[in-house]
Amino acid sequence: MAKKSTANAPRKTAAKPGMLGAGGRATGKESTGHMERRAACKVLVGNPDDFLFIGGIASAKDDALWLAGGDVPHVFPLGGVMGAACAMGLGLALAQPDKRVMVMTGDGELLMNSGTLATIGVLNPPNLSIIIIDNEHYGETGFQPSHTGRGVDIAKIAEGSGIQAVRTVIEESELEDAARVLRNSNGTSLVLLKCAATSPPKIPHSRNGNLQRTRFREGLGFKV
Amino acid sequence: MATKTAAKKAPARRSVSAKKPQWQESVYRMLRDAGISQFSYVPDAGHLHLIDRSLADPEVHSVALTTEEEGVALSAGAHLGGEKSVVLMQSSGVGNIINMLSLSEYCKFPLLILVSMRGDYGEGNPWQYAMGRGAQTVLEAMGVQVLTADDPEDAIQTVAAALTMVNQSGMQVAVLLTQRLLVAKSFA
Repeated sequence: MAKKSTANAPRKTAAKPGMLGAGGRATGKESTGHMERRAACKVLVGNPDDFLFIGGIASAKDDALWLAGGDVPHVFPLGGVMGAACAMGLGLALAQPDKRVMVMTGDGELLMNSGTLATIGVLNPPNLSIIIIDNEHYGETGFQPSHTGRGVDIAKIAEGSGIQAVRTVIEESELEDAARVLRNSNGTSLVLLKCAATSPPKIPHSRNGNLQRTRFREGLGFKV
Repeated sequence: MATKTAAKKAPARRSVSAKKPQWQESVYRMLRDAGISQFSYVPDAGHLHLIDRSLADPEVHSVALTTEEEGVALSAGAHLGGEKSVVLMQSSGVGNIINMLSLSEYCKFPLLILVSMRGDYGEGNPWQYAMGRGAQTVLEAMGVQVLTADDPEDAIQTVAAALTMVNQSGMQVAVLLTQRLLVAKSFA
């Protein structure tokens, strides 16, 4: 078999020590992005109280919890059901048109159900924002390389799925524009954050799914 | 902000078929009267009427899925946001949603699924038999309570029962609409 040419592949950088935070594991893995995921997400999201969050398995849910200040009612962290995050965000966004919904999920989680981008593209709810935290690896299972480090571009999949407000962010200088798009687009927005392959610390949260569900609803004023 | 009509990019309105299937219309009215406002589906002949009605109804979100898995997650998101929903699928779709049912089971999300059966009675497409036989077993294995409807009157009563179980008791319920009810497909 002919080896695939890597002549046009983007230059990759390894995660730097000091990007992991207390309790993070060193990975030594290379990726196209060099930014630390949580620092970048902090700029992209801005005030976390402005959003209802769905956090995808596995590290992305911890990023959402970290941003929101811990185990709070308006973050729904998914510890399973890989491929559910975006569809869950869609159902929530349709049900709550006056609130902003932020889905934060990883490249691997999204790829398990990338068809959901097509489902979203057709409906295009403007109050739905998606951040794909793309470290080009399956971090939870030992940092095996994902498709996105090998030529697959989720931003192009999103655009091809009919989502018009799409940005790819690799450099710090691109964060501010992407943050604006996440808040101000006329339709669903998606930011592909190319970040370093770091392993930031997990954020403690309830392991009672029924409690997470009822607490989230109570926060919106519903009877459990 | 987006209203329901604005959020869905108006699909071309299909006229509901001239010959109105009566029990399907009764089921649609029951679902709407029970407050269901998100309908999701992978297009399927067995659910044709419900899908067409939801597309033509400006008061509901009619969500075409690429896989039934999305419907289970969508339904959970709708519940978090205070809306009631139904997921329409064929028996083959039941195979697609197995892991996604972990969400409903672990977090106790209410869930209503209507399943149009293939491969259970007079089926002419042999590919349908595996999930035709397996649908009830895998649903029950994942904690979903299964009800079955064989004739039009039965279908109306069974959906009414399922609505009570889901909306009042917060259960996960699937109603299997059998090929005896839907009229078996003899073509492959």
